[in-house]
Parts: sequence; structure tokens; C-alpha cells
Amino acid sequence: MADLTSNFVGIKSPNPFWLASAPPTDKKYNVERAFEAGWGGVVWKTLGEAGPPVVNVNGPRYGAIWGADRRLAGLNNIELITDRDLEINLREMKEVKQNWPDRALVASLMVPCEEEPWKRILDRVLETGCDGVELNFGCPHGMSERGMGAAVGQVPEYIQMVVEWCKQHSNLPVITKLTPNITDVRHPARAAKNGGTDAVSLINTINSIVSIDLDLMAPTPTIDGKGTHGGYCGPAVKPIALNMVGEIARDPLTAGLPISGIGGITTWRDAAEYIALGCGNVQVCTAAMTYGFKIVEEMIEGLSNYMDEKGYKTIEDFRGMAVPNVTDWQYLNLNYITKAKIDQDLCISCGRCHIACEDTSHQAITNMVDGARKFEVIDEECVGCNLCVNVCPIDNCITMEEMTTGSDPRTQKPIDRDYANWTTHPNNPMAAIEPAE
Amino acid sequence: MASSNASTDIQSGRLSPDQYSKNFEDIHAPLTKHEAVVEADRCYFCYDAPCMTACPTSIDIPLFIREIATGNPNGSAKTIFEQNIMGGMCARVCPTETLCEEVCVRETAEGKPVKIGLLQRYATDHYMADIGSQPFERAASTGKKIAIIGAGPAGLSCAHRSAMHGHDVTIFEARQKAGGLNEFGIAAYKSTDDFASNEVDFITSIGGIDIKYGAALGKDVMLDDLVGTFDAVFIGAGLPHVNDLSLAGDDAENCIDAVKYIAELRQTDDLSKLPVGRNVVVIGGGMTAIDIATQIKLLGAENVTICYRRGADAMGASAYEQEVAQTNGVTIRHWLQPKALHMNGNMVSAIELEYTSGANGSLSGTGETVTLNADQVFKAIGQSPDDTPFTKTGIELVKGRIGVDENRKTSHAKIWAGGDCVAGGEDLTVASVEDGKVAAENIHKTLMG
Repeated sequence: MADLTSNFVGIKSPNPFWLASAPPTDKKYNVERAFEAGWGGVVWKTLGEAGPPVVNVNGPRYGAIWGADRRLAGLNNIELITDRDLEINLREMKEVKQNWPDRALVASLMVPCEEEPWKRILDRVLETGCDGVELNFGCPHGMSERGMGAAVGQVPEYIQMVVEWCKQHSNLPVITKLTPNITDVRHPARAAKNGGTDAVSLINTINSIVSIDLDLMAPTPTIDGKGTHGGYCGPAVKPIALNMVGEIARDPLTAGLPISGIGGITTWRDAAEYIALGCGNVQVCTAAMTYGFKIVEEMIEGLSNYMDEKGYKTIEDFRGMAVPNVTDWQYLNLNYITKAKIDQDLCISCGRCHIACEDTSHQAITNMVDGARKFEVIDEECVGCNLCVNVCPIDNCITMEEMTTGSDPRTQKPIDRDYANWTTHPNNPMAAIEPAE
Repeated sequence: MASSNASTDIQSGRLSPDQYSKNFEDIHAPLTKHEAVVEADRCYFCYDAPCMTACPTSIDIPLFIREIATGNPNGSAKTIFEQNIMGGMCARVCPTETLCEEVCVRETAEGKPVKIGLLQRYATDHYMADIGSQPFERAASTGKKIAIIGAGPAGLSCAHRSAMHGHDVTIFEARQKAGGLNEFGIAAYKSTDDFASNEVDFITSIGGIDIKYGAALGKDVMLDDLVGTFDAVFIGAGLPHVNDLSLAGDDAENCIDAVKYIAELRQTDDLSKLPVGRNVVVIGGGMTAIDIATQIKLLGAENVTICYRRGADAMGASAYEQEVAQTNGVTIRHWLQPKALHMNGNMVSAIELEYTSGANGSLSGTGETVTLNADQVFKAIGQSPDDTPFTKTGIELVKGRIGVDENRKTSHAKIWAGGDCVAGGEDLTVASVEDGKVAAENIHKTLMG
């Protein structure tokens, strides 16, 4: 059995699965249920300043998009930071930490962008015995209108400044949570690093309108006839999050900076992918909000099983292994030739590969062979684009096969097994000129 | 009806009122909205979809299912009605297991086709409840007059499409009610709540369709007269004659024409009044045999046995239909052909059957026999046309039925035909609807040049 224990910037937890700062971590009742279910840690829902708490809308707070059979694909919310009194949250956090000393408890914080409020809140959370703090620079709705959350996260100078205050006024590990609502995520990550952060976590939610109610003519969720953008999360955002994680992991200026991966993690496989891209642990919210806390059992068992199969004894054994293989387009091997291949035994003859290729791509798949319904790849036309694989409803029915000998029937050019990329390609006007032989 | 013979156990009212309504409720509960959307999500929206090719009326099945999935059931129904104005009845009676659902790629993939029939019913039921009148508008009047013989599926389909094109249609129907086999033939549990009759109203709501009832061909109305008065004639007369066993005693009161009995069953407002034998033998292997056997069992018969002269594979009824009968307690026996009716006075008391064997189409009796007690014997061994009016007008017949080309045109310049009365048909509602539609298009083309 693989060892799933996690030590993220000194914060220990029995497994790398934390619940992200969000509604599931808003109070003791939920958090203790999560720990009973097996979660390794929680980031408590974001605390604000002392005094009258924020208020939430009393109408709908969530919106969603669905896949087939109404599987939740993306969730959007307009909920603010905790609307419970600071003192109650602090007291409950302390009780939870005492009850569950082996689990990670991290306080998420968001106060106005001034040194004094940050110092005050840091002093208060220290009383709880929590293991670290996460700076919420990500919330894209509501709080950002008040100069907090994403409003800070979108200005690298502010990030650096606040991180510096936090490192100065607290000995707790500092995790800086980044917003994806920015052009190049490397800049805020660099700023956080420059400020001395112990880690970054990403992504926070993405600005979104999930749908328009065509009767009310307003965005959903609709509050008395109006809607506003919310923060988007769930399985649909995972590709965006993975890219941002990858950008930071391979940026020479932030390489090695610990990352807590967040964004659409629903299964052990999602988690393993984040870890392969360099994340020390992962944070989950939407999957728990969709299925309840029990899903962590599948995540723990699945990750453990995968690691056993691969022979990885600890998370560190495979963490970051995919990072060197994330590169720029210009370095991809243009001599690598693949052709789609359809397994006729698995094919159910739905014809989706044919029509996708015929209507929208390269006319490289038949629909009739000798007068009978049959779907075969025409190697002379196939550019190896993979669209047929993606639209085929049967797993592994269509595969991309590498050509290693002979010549490409499409281009008539012999297969060249040597690596060659765009930087030296003859069609590239900027190509580096190779020395004449 | 009381027992008419001391030793023949025929009774009415064998069941309690609750049992009648339970036994004759809808065989398939309609899908709820949730079930429909979940099922619709299973459709892969195939290219050149096999289901569509398998449908005799070429309904755009992937499109109508996608319209259900996207919350547009009325649009879905329109897609269905464009190809098949009887989409509602076909959703109930089509043997989908041998048509669209048999070739569904999910049948190939996991042995569970998308429930196309039930989805079609969901969409068409939704439309008929929500909107009611059929969705097409009549073209401007052409002044052309079309006579249609028979208000069954073929005739109504032809009438609707012709009316759509702006022609004036008169239907001549022998009975006092329209619908043909939909109204008089199909098993009661497949068409509940007077659906057949409601569908006739739905179809004729397009306007321009006049139905003359009690107008039997060759008796009340003559084909030659119609040819002289109308611009075109469509024959959808069905098969009025039921084949006999050709055995002595065939005409006994309790040796019953299954088609006629089913018609009575469909029209009665009190199932407990129907005469039901204790031991019942059904002769035949088609849908009618299944329908009478299942229904007589559901009416309270104790032992119901279908006897068919060939093997299970050769039965006209699909494996699914055979299963419906068996699930309801009907016994199906193969390789048995009727040899003699044993009489008790003027009533049949038993039927003697000879074992048969055969291969590659040949069939012969083995000489060995078995005798089954029978309080009722139902004849369901096929129907045949009344060809006298056709031959009189010079229409060519093929194997006793009307010969037609791919446009459903007969050898007569002004006469088209479709449904069960034409040669080479499949004797399915959906095939009849297609015949009527194709004929109407060709009539339109012919009349309008």
C-alpha cells in the first residue's frame, strides 16, 4: 500500500486531499463530517475582519451547466466569504484542531489591503492552533468590488506587498491563492514568490455567466430579475487550471515553488494529474458539493492503487514528473507521424468519426466500403488530428498509431525518426540556419 | 353471456372489475419527462443513422431524440409527424425490436438500444396534449378531388398528405368508425384511452377530409363510379376476409374468427360481457394469434395455447411479442397443424392437431396427433382481400393482392393502393402509413403535372 501522507510546506496531513475554502468548510459541523469521511485537511472558508459579518443574497447562489444525464459539469457561485461572526469561526476552528490534531487546518483570509487589518487577523487566527494561512486573492465576485479578493490578485504589486506583511507578522506557512482571471498567471505567482510566500494555490474560480434565463431575460442565478457574474468551478475548469499550474511549474522564475492544485478535481485520476504537474497536494470543492464527502474514499483508494501499480511509494516519487514534458508548440517534433486506426471489432458503426472528419476536417474516414456501411481511415488523407478519437463513444475503438517505417501516404515523404521542430523547419522564416555541411 | 352448452365452459365476467382494468392498462407506461431526457441522452446522434434507415417511414430519429434532449418535445413531435402523421400510434404498435431498435448502435454496443419507440411516444403524446391539432397547414386549394377507400392507417395517411397539398379528399369507410386496425384490430393494451379515435381527429384536423361512413366498396360504392367522379383513387381497403381452417365444424359458434373477436373486444364498453372459454386454443403464428391469445388470457381464460405449424423462428410475431404472450401465461406450441375439430353437438369440444416437420420451407405431417380440449378455438391464420371489385375494374393482382409499383400506383391509370391489401407489404401500421404517404406524393405529382 502506497504511503499517501503529505507534508505540504510543513503542514502534515494523512493524505493529499484537502477541502478547498468554500461552503463545505464554513463551520465545525461540516468540517468534522469531512474529517470523519477521511479528508486529509481543510482550508476553512475565508474569514474577514472582526465586526458585522458580510451578508449573502437570500435568493439562489449557484448556477450550473450539465453534460448528458444532467451530470454536473460546471458550477458557478455568487456566495461571499463567511457570513458568520469571526469569533464563532475562530472558536470552532480551535475546537476542530483540538479534536483532529492529525488533520491539516488552514485559515483562508481576506481583509482590506492595508497592513493593520492583516496583522490583526493573523494574530487572531494564531489562537486557533491552525497549521497555516491561505491568502484569498481570488474571489472574483462581490468582494472584488470592495477592493479585495481578485482585485488584489490581479495586481502583482499588491500580492507581493500583502504576502510580505503576512510573512512579517506571522510565523505560519503562507499559501497565496491565485485568481485565474488574469492574462498571464506567471506574474502573480512570481510576485507571491518575491513576497516570500511558502506556496501558491490555484485556481480560484473563473468569472462566469453560466446561462441566461430566456423567460426572465437575465443571467442565472437570478435574484429578483437580475444576475451578476459568478465564480466558475467544477470539472469544466480543470483544463484551464492544469495549464496555469503547468505554466508556474515550468517557469524558471517560480520553478520549485510549492503548489496546491485546485480546479475540477473529481476523481483520483484528476488528483494524480495535478501531482504529476508538480502539485504537492490538491484541494477539492465542487465534487464534494455534488456527491458529498464520501467521494474521498474513491480518491484515496484510486490514488493508492495507481501508485502501487506504478511502484510509486510516496507522492514525491511521481510529483512533477510531467513538468519536463510540458513545452512550447515550437519544440514539438514535426517528424512524429500518426494515423488514426479504427478497431472494426469494437466499432459500433455510429458514424460520428466519419461525419466529424467529413464535415469539419480532412475527409479521411469512409462511411461505405464496397456498398456496406463501414468506417475506415484513409491514410492518404489522415493528418492524425485525433478528432475522431475524441468524438468516438467507445473507449479505445479508435487509436492513434505512430508510423515508424516507410513513408507517410499523405505527404509521400519518408518517415524520418529524427527529432525536428519548427525552430529549424524550412517553412519558418525565423528558422535558425543550420550550418552547411 | 351464459354457457350455451353444459360441457362447454364459456363464461363472461370471469374476473373482478379491478382485474379487468389492471389487465388492460397500458402495456408500457409512458416515459416521464425525466425518463425521456435520460433516455434521449443515450442517443449518439449517429451519422446516416441505422434506425432511420430501418424505419419504413424514414423518421429522422436522431433529430427527434435530440429535440427531446434539448427540451423541445413539440419540435420533436413535428419532426416525427413530417414523416409519419401516425407517429403516435406507431410509437405504440411498431415492432421496434425488429425495426429501429434492432439496428440501434447501442444494441450493438451494449445490447440495450435507445428506447426509440417510447421516446417517440413521449414526444407525440406531449404534442397532442399540449397543442392538439396537427401541425401542418393546407396548401391553397387545387380543386382536385381524391377518393380514398378505407379509413385505416394507409387511407388516413394518404388523406392527410393529399389534404396538405390542397386536394379535396373523400374517404369511403365501410364501418361506422374510422381508424381501421388501429381502432378495431390492435391489442387493447397497446392503444388505451381511445387513442386511435383521438388520432383520427388529430389527423383530420388539417381540414379538407370528408369521411363517408357505412360505405363499403362493391356494395355501397363502386370503384368504377369513383374513377369516373374523382381525379384519383387510393385503395386502402385492408383484408376483410379471415382464412378458415377448412375443417368440418369450422363454422361452429365457438370456433371463432380472431380478428372479429378482437374488434368486439376493442369496441365494447364492458369487457366482462365478452364470452371467454376456460380452455382456449389459438391457431396461427402471427401478431393476431399473439394478440388474441394474450387478451383472452387477460380476460380470464385458464389455459391458452397457441399452436403454430412451424418453429418459433418462422412465426410472424417477433420474439418480443411471443415473450409478451408467454409472460402473460400463454403456452406456445410449435410444429402442430389442425387436423380435426371434435364436436359435442354443434359445439367444438376439442381440436386434434398433427405434428409436423419440415425444413427449407417444406412442411409435412408426421401422422402423429395430439388432442387438446377446447372451449374456444380462435382462427388467426391470416386474412385475405376481397378482390372482386378490383378485378372488375381491371386492376392487376399479384398473389391475390393488388400489385403496385414503388409509387404505390396500380396498373390502373387513376388508381393507387397501399396497406395490407397490396402485394408484398409487411402488414404493419407503419408500412401502411408509408404507402399512403408515398401514394399521396405520387398522386400529387401526377395531378399537378
